[in-house]
Amino acid sequence: MSKSLKKVLVSLLVGATVLTLAGCGSSGSTTATTSDAISGEINGGGSTSVLKVIDAAGSEFTALNPEVKFTYSGTGSSDGIKGAAAGTYSFGCASRDLKTEEKGSLTELVFAFDGIAVVVNPANTVSNLTTEQVAKIYMGEITNWSEVGGADAPIVVVSREDGSGTRGAFEELADFEEKLKPDATIKEGNGNVQSTVAGNENSIGYVSLTFVDKTVKAVDIDGVKATVDNVKNKTYKISRPFLAMYDKSKVDDATLAFLDFLMTKDGQAIVEEHGGISVL
Amino acid sequence: MQAIKRKKQQEKIIEGFFLVCAFVAVVSVLAITAFVFYNGLKPFISNSYPLWNFLSGVEWRPGSNMYGIFYMIVGSVFATLGAILIGVPIAILTAVFISEMAGSRVGKIIRFAVELLAGIPSVLYGVFGLGIIVPYVLKISPMAQGESLLSTILVLAIMILPTVVSISETSISVVPKAYREGSYALGASKIQTIFKVVLPAARSGIMTGVILGIGRAIGETMAVMLVCGNPIAGIPTSLFDQVRPLTTNIALEMGYASGVHQELLYSTGVVLFIFIMLINLIVNKLVKAKVGS
Repeated sequence: MSKSLKKVLVSLLVGATVLTLAGCGSSGSTTATTSDAISGEINGGGSTSVLKVIDAAGSEFTALNPEVKFTYSGTGSSDGIKGAAAGTYSFGCASRDLKTEEKGSLTELVFAFDGIAVVVNPANTVSNLTTEQVAKIYMGEITNWSEVGGADAPIVVVSREDGSGTRGAFEELADFEEKLKPDATIKEGNGNVQSTVAGNENSIGYVSLTFVDKTVKAVDIDGVKATVDNVKNKTYKISRPFLAMYDKSKVDDATLAFLDFLMTKDGQAIVEEHGGISVL
Repeated sequence: MQAIKRKKQQEKIIEGFFLVCAFVAVVSVLAITAFVFYNGLKPFISNSYPLWNFLSGVEWRPGSNMYGIFYMIVGSVFATLGAILIGVPIAILTAVFISEMAGSRVGKIIRFAVELLAGIPSVLYGVFGLGIIVPYVLKISPMAQGESLLSTILVLAIMILPTVVSISETSISVVPKAYREGSYALGASKIQTIFKVVLPAARSGIMTGVILGIGRAIGETMAVMLVCGNPIAGIPTSLFDQVRPLTTNIALEMGYASGVHQELLYSTGVVLFIFIMLINLIVNKLVKAKVGS
């Protein structure tokens, strides 16, 4: 009995996979082609924060140029920089400025800005924090919500893993570099931070502005709302650049065409569509 | 004659092919060992980080050049011990139930469930832990977060069940029928027979299962990462403290790390490797002892 049941399960799974793949395949081929055909494989990789933007731009680019294969793997900023330098990625992405020792022979391109939102549980009554309070909470100097105008409850600090571009940018922008309190909960990735904060009333976390959804509440920083407009007009303090980079000696035409596309009006529209902030 | 010769040749070729296949495993294990040890021992040989500080430190702050894994070793050991304490009794009693008590139909259902449990990807255990176990632990915890040693233990205890159950069950079912009949003939009850005769006779097989379970618990990564909290410092002193086991330390940061930081993640792997090798040695010893007796 068990064997035949397993067989049924397996065939169902296989069927579902085939259907899904078929669905993916058909979506690209509907759009009209441009006259000068660009072809080749573009494999980018790096920061997870840019994933949504680059994925969307990539599928738009391949719709316009069906001869191009596009992949992007979200493996983290440092990996993107390393991969771009080593040539394992056609281009790398980082969500922080490059360190001097990382620059090497890389050509950088700022294609967007991003804000980092400080998020709390929707049940939390606190809706405004100063940058200093945020830093103090993350350093463990403020440990109770009542100290910042909330309920009498302990603050559960949620942070990202060491090396994460978002964590690096956040610690730098809020000015508590390398002073994270020892018992902070560490979660991998924006999504995990968000679901942790959504699941615990007393927690505080931070995510890319592009990741904020209704399950969490973004607090104002120094009285400024965490919105795209406020990052653009530079009143919102916790923001950072999105970079793409490549090695001039190794880059191919398809990759350059993609990066050009990213900087066009259409490309920047995609950036904005996904919560990034246009550089135009 | 010719036909026989050709057949022999064929046989030789096929044998060679099998040998190549067998070598894939051998070469892989050698390559992995060499790779991990080469990278992991580099920082200590080149003196870029002292070994003692690495093994005895209780704080992990790569940005401040502090790489201590002692609190992670403690976390890994506690989590594994806890999982064994909870999981093993449940698993052994399950195995006893399947092989000694349940009718063939109920036994089949339970066995099928255990097999399915073994096939669930570990990340799903993690998601389950984060969605169900962590909130429940939060309710009874004096701390403000549910990610804790206890949550880790509970998830691991479930994860080791299939390993321990199936190996225990196999070794219980090979205990000769004559043992049980002898016990009954002396007037022992069924429960007495199970605990005084069957389980002692299956002891070494059950121990093998337990040790493989320890291996699984100490090596588990994805599920644990979601429920353990991964703090950057602190030896756990209560069940509700957060822990960062060795495995999650590697998985969390490998994607981002570079330089000494990356090498010391490999060193963390070396420590883990040594733990696993010790466990394997013990398994081998036990299996040999079993054959000997």
